[in-house]
Amino acid sequence: MSKLGEIISQNEEHIRSEWMKHMAASVQRSDLMSNVELQEQSRALLKAILHGVSSSQPDDFSGPGWSTAREQLQDISASRARQGFSPSDTATFVLSLKQPIFSTIRRELSGNQNEMFDTIWSCTVLLDKLALITAETYIATREEIISRQQQELMELSTPVVKLWDGILALPIIGTLDSARTQVVMEELLQTVVATNSKFAIVDITGVPTVDTLVAQHLLKTITAARLMGAECIISGVRPQIAQTIVHLGINLEDVITKAKLADAFALALHKSGRTVVRTSSAPNVNAAVIPAVQKEG
Amino acid sequence: MERIPILRMGPFLLITIQVDMHDKLAMQLQDDVTQRISDWGSAGVLIDISSLEIVDSFIGRMLANIAAMSRVLGAETVVVGMQPAVAITLVELGMSLPGVRTALNVESGMELLYRSLGTSLGVAHDRSEA
Amino acid sequence: MIVVKREQFPLQSSSDVVAARQRVRQMATELRFSLVDQTKLVTAASELARNALDHGRGGQMSIEVVNGLSRTGLKLTFEDNGPGIPDIEAALKDGFTTGAGMGLGLGGSKRLVNEFAIESEVGKGTKVTVIRWR
Repeated sequence: MSKLGEIISQNEEHIRSEWMKHMAASVQRSDLMSNVELQEQSRALLKAILHGVSSSQPDDFSGPGWSTAREQLQDISASRARQGFSPSDTATFVLSLKQPIFSTIRRELSGNQNEMFDTIWSCTVLLDKLALITAETYIATREEIISRQQQELMELSTPVVKLWDGILALPIIGTLDSARTQVVMEELLQTVVATNSKFAIVDITGVPTVDTLVAQHLLKTITAARLMGAECIISGVRPQIAQTIVHLGINLEDVITKAKLADAFALALHKSGRTVVRTSSAPNVNAAVIPAVQKEG
Repeated sequence: MERIPILRMGPFLLITIQVDMHDKLAMQLQDDVTQRISDWGSAGVLIDISSLEIVDSFIGRMLANIAAMSRVLGAETVVVGMQPAVAITLVELGMSLPGVRTALNVESGMELLYRSLGTSLGVAHDRSEA
Repeated sequence: MIVVKREQFPLQSSSDVVAARQRVRQMATELRFSLVDQTKLVTAASELARNALDHGRGGQMSIEVVNGLSRTGLKLTFEDNGPGIPDIEAALKDGFTTGAGMGLGLGGSKRLVNEFAIESEVGKGTKVTVIRWR
């Protein structure tokens, strides 16, 4: 076993209690974590560090000897990130181990300066690496939270609205990237099934630019709906968008497009065998939607 | 060997696929469909895939084949009930199944077939045995 | 990446392909993948298993549960000792809108997973590795 391993293993309990004292003096955040929990985490971590230092390849941090320590650090860091600790808090948790270990090393090796220096050096390299692992995990956890929130935001901002029996409208506001397209497709198709709708009007008034990629995403959505037996009509095509589509040579020949949502709605009504009839002479009053007269087959 | 059952509903054939198909079963189905259309003079084929949780390129091609072969024999094919997750995956895979008509469920699929029956020659009726 | 669990499946017949993808489905369900993600992974597995069987003249698939930095995933490896693929670039480029083609389904499968790697040597065999994170 290396000198560092020896020193830690012979003074394990002492190092751990000094470590706890040191932490209590600096940042403890007892509002976020109980003392008992803290004691447990530190005991387990110190044991894992000892295991790694005494393994056959103490310098190989990605090796099997350090896997327990790595996993523990990742768990500690991830759970602290979720609990609301700052990344410094968690890194400090690891780095504050330096003080008790260094003073123990000095006490044990005071007679041999070279060995003392080497051992302190390997200890500092080790603890710095471990602290970095906690920082990386912290960041990864926060990013996971952010991406989950983005997902939720995306789901909220693509409502699928029922315009009439069997006719849905999907107003898209904002850019349509591939991640959003996935969410849009899922929402739309699930609603198609749930409402038994044969028509879906995809309104792109709120989509700022339509380039080849966005067009591909739209086409994907339309194709998926068609595979299920529903027909999509694109509405809200602004003049500039129409020009861009032609200039880019985007092929929309299988897709019906309308400039206005109202036109798309009228078309969907017509295709589903319905017509709108005014039932009184006063304009905009009492308009009714009736099924068109069934032709005898 | 197990086969996928083909039911006769008047001028149409109804096929409900509920099992995870392996290749032989799929080939057998293609054979059986074409045989039945010929035997019964069917004018339409309705394939219900609402129980299928996976449609890979092999099954996709099978559906396209059945549609194409049936058309040559004078029958229309409608595939109904594709699950949303399956539709999304097929599109991502790059399959759009051109030439395969689709409908939301058996009911709308039948409507579609009846409508197309109205525009066909009606020869199928004469050929079918009671 | 830490491998937590590993299972191996032969791919010597079309019922092997079905069994293999059903197992992928089971494991994806246990790991609580979303329905769409499950469907994509199982479909990719079906495509790649079929390739190993049809083009690779039989092979095997291994499923591994892997743990990344703060995420869990399923890693599938498809290996065969078949003729290999002479032009991998071309095989991956099966075109987005064709789909009716007889392609190897590689390009399509790639789009269904998060990570995709392929090694192939003519006369030796092919190995495709894919990962889908939850």
